[in-house]
Parts: sequence; structure tokens; C-alpha cells
Amino acid sequence: MGDILDVSNLVTQLRNGARIVDDISFSIATGETFALLGESGCGKSMTALSLLRLLPDGVVKVGGTAQLGGVNLFDLRERDMRDVRGGTAAMIFQEPSLSLNPVMTVGQQIVEVLALHQELRGTVAQQRGVELLDQVGIPDAARRVMEYPFQLSGGMKQRVMIAMALAGQPKLLIADEPTTALDVTIQAQVLQLLRDTQAASGMSLLLITHDLGVVAEMAHQVGVMYAGHIVEQASRAQLFAKPLHPYTQKLFAALPGAARRNQPLAAIPGSVPPLGSITQGCRFTPRCDRAWALCSEQTPEWTVLEEGRGVRCHLYGRTEERGLRTEDLAHSPQPTVHSPQSSVLSSKSSALLQVGNLQVHFPIRKGLLQRVTGQVKAVDGVSLEIPHGRTLALVGESGCGKTTLGKALLQLIPPTAGSVKLDGHELTGLAASELRIRRAGMQMVFQDPYASLNPKMRVAEILEEGMAALNIGGNSEARQARIDILLDQVGLERIVKWRYPHEFSGGQRQRIAIARTLAVSPRLLICDEPTSALDVSVQAQILNLLKSLQQELNLSYLFITHNLAVVEYLAHEVCVMYLGRIVERGTAEEVLRSPKHPYTQALLSAVPRIDGSGVERIKLEGDMPSPANPPQGCPFAPRCAHTMESCRASYPPATSHSATHIVHCFLYGRDLG
Amino acid sequence: MNFMPVILWSDALVFLLLAAGVFGAWYVRRREYLLLPWRRVGQSATAMVSLLVLSLFFVVGLLDTLHYRAALPEKNGGEKMYSPEVLSVFDKLVTPLRTQTEKTYSAPLAVTLYAKESTSDAQGRVLRDYPRLRYGGAHLVDATQRDENVLWRAIKGAIGGLVVGMLLLVAISSFRRRLVGWARSVPTRAGSKANGGHVTCQPYTLRALLITTLIIAALIGAIANLAPAYHVLGTDKVGQDVLYLSLKSIRTGLIIGTVTTLVTLPLALLLGIAAGYLRGWVDDVIQYIYTVLSSIPSVLLIAAAVLMMQVTIETHPQWFDTSASRADLRLVFLCLILGMTSWTGLCRLLRGETLKLREQEYIQAAQAFGVSSLRILTRHIVPNVMHIILISLVMDFSALVLAEAVLSYVGVGVDPSMISFGTMINAARLEMGREPMVWWALAAAFGFMLVLVLAANLFADAVRDAFDPRLNRTEGTA
Repeated sequence: MGDILDVSNLVTQLRNGARIVDDISFSIATGETFALLGESGCGKSMTALSLLRLLPDGVVKVGGTAQLGGVNLFDLRERDMRDVRGGTAAMIFQEPSLSLNPVMTVGQQIVEVLALHQELRGTVAQQRGVELLDQVGIPDAARRVMEYPFQLSGGMKQRVMIAMALAGQPKLLIADEPTTALDVTIQAQVLQLLRDTQAASGMSLLLITHDLGVVAEMAHQVGVMYAGHIVEQASRAQLFAKPLHPYTQKLFAALPGAARRNQPLAAIPGSVPPLGSITQGCRFTPRCDRAWALCSEQTPEWTVLEEGRGVRCHLYGRTEERGLRTEDLAHSPQPTVHSPQSSVLSSKSSALLQVGNLQVHFPIRKGLLQRVTGQVKAVDGVSLEIPHGRTLALVGESGCGKTTLGKALLQLIPPTAGSVKLDGHELTGLAASELRIRRAGMQMVFQDPYASLNPKMRVAEILEEGMAALNIGGNSEARQARIDILLDQVGLERIVKWRYPHEFSGGQRQRIAIARTLAVSPRLLICDEPTSALDVSVQAQILNLLKSLQQELNLSYLFITHNLAVVEYLAHEVCVMYLGRIVERGTAEEVLRSPKHPYTQALLSAVPRIDGSGVERIKLEGDMPSPANPPQGCPFAPRCAHTMESCRASYPPATSHSATHIVHCFLYGRDLG
Repeated sequence: MNFMPVILWSDALVFLLLAAGVFGAWYVRRREYLLLPWRRVGQSATAMVSLLVLSLFFVVGLLDTLHYRAALPEKNGGEKMYSPEVLSVFDKLVTPLRTQTEKTYSAPLAVTLYAKESTSDAQGRVLRDYPRLRYGGAHLVDATQRDENVLWRAIKGAIGGLVVGMLLLVAISSFRRRLVGWARSVPTRAGSKANGGHVTCQPYTLRALLITTLIIAALIGAIANLAPAYHVLGTDKVGQDVLYLSLKSIRTGLIIGTVTTLVTLPLALLLGIAAGYLRGWVDDVIQYIYTVLSSIPSVLLIAAAVLMMQVTIETHPQWFDTSASRADLRLVFLCLILGMTSWTGLCRLLRGETLKLREQEYIQAAQAFGVSSLRILTRHIVPNVMHIILISLVMDFSALVLAEAVLSYVGVGVDPSMISFGTMINAARLEMGREPMVWWALAAAFGFMLVLVLAANLFADAVRDAFDPRLNRTEGTA
């Protein structure tokens, strides 16, 4: 099999000389998938954009060649290049809602590509457009071509993007984080579609991702990028069997999961260096625990170890000298700190937070007089309990009401009905002044560390705000002392309190956000996807921090997330939420090992696993229905493989499988009588 | 003391604004994140050149703001008598321009009047000719020497101006060097980062500034040398020097442009962020107010208000001890009225931005701490909408200067006795209609206004670019 794409010594840099993509070489065989893996800021997307010559202003390609199907892309004139883009090589982007033109119908956008690259016009093109939509699995394609992007869901839009990419019958498809913006179940659908399309058309795929799970499912060859270099390249089997570069090893070790429950994750200290900041030596040196003097003096050469496998690390250069070292690298030392977690587990006590039948409805107003014509039932009767010092994970796809629930608990959104009791004190319906007294007990860590810190306030002011508002922490000197302690607790230096948020990286900002909540000594932290905006290595740092804080301060967490690996690592109990209701509840072990509800089963099977131990995949059709117009009976019924008559009639009552494991599904109601 | 300082209402407001500006600059200097965009402004050649031009206008306007009444030679029972005429420091500096009034129109640099007149000579014969001017070119024995004399004076003045300009530049650069040296010797605080704590001008910017300074210096030198002997821009109907009128108009324009913002800003800021943050009925009420206000034709509204004010002023002459204070009060009220009708745009902008900000997670974090609404507004919202306020204020400035001209032209602007671009243009209506046409008054007003507004607009553009996060993202992350 020949190579469709051959990139050698590609160099791309900013106008000031900082190299974003530094001397990258790889090739993709026909019909194969090459995955570029790395954290954000490593130059993955810039590599792809360099290939299509779509670099943004201020970034220039300064060296290297790229042969696509025997044609050197960098020698082409701009007008010939236009035939390549969308023709020979197509690209799909991360955010499907931003990649489609909102004022053109889906059909028009596909026909545009067909007219350009296939020279199809009129009804023939229309016909082909419908075929393409059909091919990417959009139901009722003939009607959908007439629709506008806003009428489609996120997963559908990404399918349309794929259809547009396929319209030019490309030999190479570049997919830049194609599923990052999508939910797990939708991600599984899209990845499956990409695999099927590849099998049918024999095109090659350049897949850019940060998700090891996606790589494990999709890739034939993998290139691991770090700070503009490809540091390791291998086939998937080789890489997953034995990662060689310390960075790759660390990436694997930083993944949370059930197996690592009782030990801290092997987080990589620090974060990816800013572009062009390291010009000498290996760029991973500052974060590598195996670095020695040579690493910071000399940039390691590309070392080919065996067929199709290479690594850029001094550990593997000059194998005669370093042969021994590579051996003991195979088993990297795991941190052996065993936490006294089990003892905490056993000490059960009364619930810290009790939520009873909580409802949050948003009225839909219509017409001139703003009459209420319906309700969006964002949270529809949720009950849960969190004991002291324990973590409850709330799992569900986007739009199921997780975040609304979190904010309703904090009384940021007034609940429509139900009760929230913190330490036995009812919070709903309190006057603002009474509520303020209780505020200290419960705090929230937000998802996006870039939006959760006021850019115009210094760290000390941010940390002091809560203490000032709740009038705790004594005078200003006592508060400053407390701020110092808080910074120590979250692992930041004390002098950072005079800096502004823009001087910090994402992980450091999240630490500040955590310190801010700790300032008022809360008993319960509501963590709303605190790591989903962070890279894997930084995510591990934050998870470790949360875990150690829990042990130190006996905190309880309500952990809102869609990332099941994090749940496995952190949670004691799990609630699975679907369309405003909790469908399954139990201890982490029960829910994740023996899921009962069909939705939980589908959710778990959709998660890409790095060990490749594919659980039998349960394919979910379609998307989550709108909470403004939920289906009758069980809301999951339209997507469920086991739908029965009774499912459409009424919402299933709770069925207990054990003292802690509760499911809302008719499948079990019958069996248990 | 042979003069009595007079502080008119508009003077007080200008001093207030000046104090606010100085305080603002001091506040910004101490905060790194606020200083950063201004550094970018400092690196733009266009911005710095327009700032230089603008600051010249400001100097003229400021000198014209320091008012006083001169003491009269005669005394009234031991008590000093002061002239009823209110003068400014600027008037004093350009006394020849102010006092050397001709009989009527004369063209720029002319030595004779613009129209023929009948004069009788010693023999009693009646001659019909262009009479010589009383001041313009009066030192010339022969009117035909004028061209040579004008050229000679202009060159001499320009060279003088250049020399002064260069001396000034040398003085500034040596001062700067000392300042930089001083800044280096003092250990920089934690805030100042790798790019150096000090404003670093790029060589390109510096060169542009240098060239502009020298050109302006030469121009001012030439005009300053010509002005005592000639009317550089001619004279108007009553023989007043047009150059003097144009320079006096600057203050009026600047006051309209800046004092109006004093009125707009509190209204727009308060109502805008209150509407955006509090939502509910507060939002409804404020929205209705500004929608109604902005749907009334603004000229109509202003005309009605100005006419009402005019009547009030005329029925109460006892309120004013000088005619200047009457004209001045009218100016202040015009600013007030303009401000009351022009806050809606900024208010709407701020409401929109606040709507966006209130969903930000740091606001929700503050709410989760139970921080009061007032505190959230002042600590979180206001600092984060400051850049919008700044940009729109600078952009509005030029629009307001133009608005004054339009209103005075329509006849609802400043007091007819007050010199402004608007009144100059209004007078030009008749001048353009007569034959031969008198063009220089309009041309002077046009030229001065163009330079002022162009400089303000270019500066505003540079400020907007410097504050635009989308254009400066790379710098922010690196």
C-alpha cells in the first residue's frame, strides 16, 4: 500500500520566529488512520492547517514538503490549491455549530461543494446531496436537505460536516477533534460513521485528538506531539502495549480510572510550555522526571527503534550506552502512596445534603401578553443525599439538567418545588439575608477556569471576596494569613496573590477557583465539570488536589461530569441523570460494574476504552429529546432498545436492587415483582 | 492685583474633567492590566501623531478657559473697578489678533479691504478704490512689496519655529533618558513583566512623532511671525481676525465634546448596567425610557429645550453680571441637553454587555457567596465594561463637536455672541451668497474642524484596536 500523504520536515512558525510546528515528518498509508495525539497548544491543529495552507495571519510555513498523492502541496499555485481543499483533501472541524453557515440550508451547502469539485449542477446535485446525507446516517434525508443548521442537533451537524467533506470524494480527510464538542453517545455514533465511511471509500484519515480513548478506537498509526515536536510515533498496538517516551508514559499514567482509585494519579507537573519559549534541549525536560543534564543542553534526535516506530528522546538515542535504561523504563514506578481512604469510607454518618423531589421549571412565554404556554422541565423531581466526606457523581449528557440542578442547590436558580436541606437546614424559600448565613456551607467550582475568575481582580482580592461577603475570617490581616494558607493548600506559591488571573495557566486558575471556594470553609463543594476544559495531565493534578482536600478537610463533593473515567476514579456514589430525572442511583461499584438501566448501559459502552477491551457496544439512536417537550412516560423510551407498552404510558417507579442501588425502569419492576 | 479671576460654569466643569483625567491616569499607571492596552496605543504611530495634534488643540482650549476681568484704571471710592469684559489668558497672549480689527471683510494676507470704497483725498476729489487696511500690512509703504514681505516673514518664522521645536525635542529626550534611568534604578514591582516596565516606543512611531513635531513647529512659527502684521486668514464682516475666531472656537467645540460626556456617562452607566444586571421590571422601565427617547427626532427635542432655556435666560437678566457668563450658561445648558438626548446609544451597549457578563461564572461565584448586587455591579461589572465606555466616549467626542456646528447652524446652538465653529458656519451662509464670494471664514472653520475631528477619530480608532481582545489575543496568551 502506497502512502497518500507524505510530510517531511515541516516547520511552521510565528512571525517573531517562535516555532509552532518544528520539523515534523510522517506519512499516511492509503485507507489508514493516522492520529496526532497531544495536549492543547502542542501544534496539532497548526500541522493540519499548514498542510492545507490555511494558516492564520501571523503564522508562516518556513520549511518542509508535503506530498499528497504525489503532488507537492507547497509548490501548487493558490488556484490549484483550491481544488485540493475539499477535493483531494477535506477537513472537518471541532465545533460543528460554527462550521456551518447558519443562513444556508444544509442542502445548499453540500451542493456548493458538489458544484465546485464534482461539477454537478441542478437536480443531479440535489440528488447526490440527499444520497450523501443518507450515507452519513441522517434519517429522512430528503426532508433534511431543506433544513437550516439551527434545526439540527450537534451530532447531526457533525454528520452534515462529514457529508460535505465526503462530497468532494477526498483521498484524505483531516478531522480536527471531530467529537470533542459532542456527548459520549453521539461521539460513538460519529466515530462509527467515520470508520464505516473509511472502510467503504478507502480514504485516509488524519485524526487530531487529545483523547487516548478515541485514538485506541480509531488509529492505525499514532504520532504523539509535544510542544511542536512529534516525540513518539508507532502503530497503535505498539504504542498501547509499551509507550516509550516519558511524555507518552505519563499521559497514560495520568488517565483516571477505577484501577487507580486508591492512589494519586501520576500527574505531570506544570503545563505545556508556551510556544517558542524553549529553544534548546528537549522541550519536555522541565516536566520530565527522567531528565538529566544532556536533556536541557541538546535537542534529542529522532531515533528509529524498529519498523515504523520512532521516538525523540535521549533515553533511546545511542542504544549501546543507554540500553539498560530503556529496560527499566518499561515499568514506570507508580506512586505508592496509599491513602487511608478505606477508613473514611467506612465511617458513615448522617447525610450532609438532602434533596427531596427538587424541580426546576422554566416557563416558556409566547405571544403579545407573554402568557405561559409551557414549561421546560430542566430538573423534574430529583432526590439525592450526600453524606459527610463522600463524593456523589452526577453523570449525564449535556442538556440533561445537571448544571441546572447544581445551581438550584446553591439557590442561584430558584427551584420551582422540592426541598434542599444542608445539615438539616432548609434552604429553599429563605430570604436573602437568612440564606447568606448558610451560603458558607456549600460552594461551587465552575467548569471554565477562564470565565470563572474576574480578569480585573488580583488573586488576593478574588480569595477575599467570599470572606468579606459572608463576614468571616476576622480582620484584614487575619484574612491575608488565611489566603496564604489557602494558597498552600491548593499548591500555589504565596506570592501569586498579587497577580492577575491572566498570568496563570488553566490548571493554576482552577486551583485559584478551588481556593476561592475553600476560603469560606464549605462542607460541600459542587464541582461542575471542573476538569473538562483542562488537558489530561493537568486534569490529573486537579483530581489529585480534590482528592487530597477531601481527606484533609472531610469535604463532600457533588461532582457533575460527563467523563465516566473521572467518575470511576473519584466517586463513591453515582447518579445517572436523563432529561431532568435520575434514572439510576447506586454506589460507584454497582452502577459502573453492573449497570441496570438501558441508558446507563449505553452510556458506559459508548466510552472509548484505551485497553481496547470493547464492551459490546450498545448503539443509541438519535438524540436526547427537548426538555420542553418530553415524551410521554419514560423519557428514554424513544431511544431504548427494550421499550415496552408500559414505558410509553407512565414514568417507571423506583426499583431497588440492593440497599443502595435504585433504578427507574420497568424492565426490573416486573422481575422483582 | 490688577485682575480678578473669573470661574464660569463651563470652566469649573473643565477643571473637574481635568482632575478626573489626571486621577484616571494615575489610577491606570498603578495597574498593569489597565496599562497594557495604553502601551499598545503608545506603539501606534497614527495614535501618537493624532494625540500630538489633539493636545495642541487642548492646550489652546485650556488657555482659553482661564478667565479673568482686568482692573480698570479709574477707581470708585477706593474700590477697584473691573472691566465688564471677561478675557482669557489666551486672549491676552494673542492680544494683537483680538484688538486689530478692520472695518469689514478682507481676504487672507490682504493689505486692502475686500470691497471698493469711496474716499476723498486732500484735493476733495472722490476716489473709488480698495482702501488700505488699518493693521494688515500697514507697515508696508508700497502695497506691491507684500508678496516678498510675506514670504520672507513666513520663512523666518518657520526657521525660528524649527529651532524652537528642535530645542524642545532635545529637552524632552534628555528628560526621558533621565526618567528611564530612574525607572531602571528603582527595582520594578512584581506587576511589571518581561516587556519592561516602561513605555517603549518603536523607532517607527518615534520617527513619525519627530517629523510631525517639526512640521507643526515650523507651521506655528510661520503663522506666529505673520499674524502680528497680517490677517493670515482674513477678516470677517465686522473686521475680526478669522484666525482668532477659529482659535477661540476650539474651546467651544472641546467643551461641547467633553462636558456633554459628564452628563451622558453617569446616566448611561448607571441605567445600562442596572437594566442588564437586574433584569425584570427595572430592565423594562429603562428600556422603555430609552426607546422612547431615541425615537423622538433629537434635533426637535434639542430645539424645544434650547428655546425654553433661552426664554428663561432672557427673562432673568439679573442672574448674570457679565454677558460672558450668560453666554457661558447657555453653553453649559446646551451640553446638558445634548447629554440628556445622547446617552441612549451607550446605555444600550452597556446593557447588552452586562447581559453577557452576568452569565459569566465569576459573577455566579460571587452570587454563590451572597455578595450584594451593588457590590457585584461595582466590583465585577463596571471594571469589565470600562473599555466599552472609554471607546465610545472617544468616538462620541467627534460626533458632538459636529453636532454643535449643526445646531448653531440651525439656530438652536450656542449664544450668538459666543464664538464657535457653528456660528462661523452660520455666518458663512450669507457670505457665500454675496458676489464676490467671501470664502475664507468657512474654509477656516472647515479646516480647523476637519483637523480636530480627524485627529479625534484616528485616535479613537487606535484606542479601539488596542482594547479589542480579538486583535490582541496572541499577545495576551504568550
